[in-house]
Amino acid sequence: MNFKLSYKQFSERSILVEWPPVIDENVLHDVTCFKNHLLNCDIESIVYINIAYNSILIIYKLTIDKINDEILRLKSAYLSRLGTPKPLARLWKIPVCYDAEFALDLKLISEEKRLSKLEVIALHSEAIYTVYFVGFLPGFLYLGGLDKRLNFPRKSRPRPQVKKGAVGIGGFQTGIYPNASPGGWNIIGNSPLDFFNPTIHEPCFARPGDKVKFVPIDRYLYDDLIIQVKTGVFQIESKIIDG
Amino acid sequence: MVEVLKSGLLDTVQDIGRNGFQQFGVPISGVMDHVSAERANRILGNHRDAAVIECTASGPKLLFHQDTVICISGAFMSPKLNGYDLENDKAISIANGDVLSFGALIYGFRAYVAVYGGFQTEIVMKSRSMYANITSQSRLLKGDCIPILDKEETAFSSFSSLKLKNDHFDSIPLSVYKGPEFNGLSVEHQRLLCHQEFTVSRDSNRMAYQLNERVENALESIITSLVLPGTVQLTPAGKLLILMRDAQTTGGYPRVFQLSESSINCLSQKAIGAKVKFVCRK
Repeated sequence: MNFKLSYKQFSERSILVEWPPVIDENVLHDVTCFKNHLLNCDIESIVYINIAYNSILIIYKLTIDKINDEILRLKSAYLSRLGTPKPLARLWKIPVCYDAEFALDLKLISEEKRLSKLEVIALHSEAIYTVYFVGFLPGFLYLGGLDKRLNFPRKSRPRPQVKKGAVGIGGFQTGIYPNASPGGWNIIGNSPLDFFNPTIHEPCFARPGDKVKFVPIDRYLYDDLIIQVKTGVFQIESKIIDG
Repeated sequence: MVEVLKSGLLDTVQDIGRNGFQQFGVPISGVMDHVSAERANRILGNHRDAAVIECTASGPKLLFHQDTVICISGAFMSPKLNGYDLENDKAISIANGDVLSFGALIYGFRAYVAVYGGFQTEIVMKSRSMYANITSQSRLLKGDCIPILDKEETAFSSFSSLKLKNDHFDSIPLSVYKGPEFNGLSVEHQRLLCHQEFTVSRDSNRMAYQLNERVENALESIITSLVLPGTVQLTPAGKLLILMRDAQTTGGYPRVFQLSESSINCLSQKAIGAKVKFVCRK
């Protein structure tokens, strides 16, 4: 299926391509398919391509001379994108400790939503989430698939410092802070994993199109995993889910 | 080696940035003002990607532990070598034991210190640009020692330098393209954004410049989409945010303008309280 896309010059050296404004897995697959097709085309003038929910930003080496010609080239590339091999999607199991020490806003959510804390944890950890893209902070995964019953507005006043690994809910989204940072999401747990490692070839283990599941762990296992991650012996559990 | 005896307000090592890692959420970073940094490197015969020290509002005090050549460009912060006044945009020979210091800020906001061959700090993701959680240090501090190359006698030739035009530092207009959400604004609102003068707020840094004046905002937030350095966002509270070199890679606020590359460089030299105006390019 072909979506109706809009093509706009964004800066001297970039073009923004946008899909209809929805968060949807079919759009995600089309966005990644078009991106991979453009990468396979190996167009010399393109330096890099970045994606979000319903958009692709294509950055060129030099100022774009003939914008209309370039847009035509992209349009024809879009029409020939089908058949681009799809990278294997993987399901990652991410340990999360939901203990009170980490779950700063779990009580608030459970009271406001009239759910027990255990019900909140169950709803959060039973779902399978889709990785849409990485953005905002190095290694921050934009995940889709939060149970509607957990939809909870961001804090009106962000915390000046949220711990590395904090798992939060912001509106209809859930995510993990890969490093300590200011943050406005409601924190319900903490993961001992590294979500961003700038010194390795794949700095983020999850890619757009992958799936994520949170696995509740207790405090003892959390401490143990922190050490395993630090010493490099930890192996994250994953399985290929389509191919 | 160069030793930091005292740091300024914010001194960082920067090159032309970390291009191509934005799919991992990594900011581009790099020098805020490419024109000035490139000038300093060019005067020394360096590659344009050689790492420089970016000084913000005030400069550091540096002790050189070896002979080399340096050049200072960008903002004029009354640089001195062993207490004697220096000029910007000139190659300066340095002997082991020399001390570079800075005084009052006369114009501009960011000065660049380039050294023969570039500062040799760690490379992470193909760049030496400092950024928290990517490089091991996010800024230079007192006591830091920065490796530099040994100067080769014959390798260096000085270029006669052109002074930067003053409007690089004091021009008010910023040339912009319409952002993806610009056309969603009412006609009066569009006209207002293109005619009003705005003031640089004190909440301005390498990540974003904020402007003081509040403007009415009738635009809804968008589904998180892509942004670049130079993207002008309009927040729900009616504040304009101009993303700069350390900008995040994605954002959910409507994007009303995109600064031209040269306007990003000009804005980088603006201090708190400076006036700016958006001028739409055809």
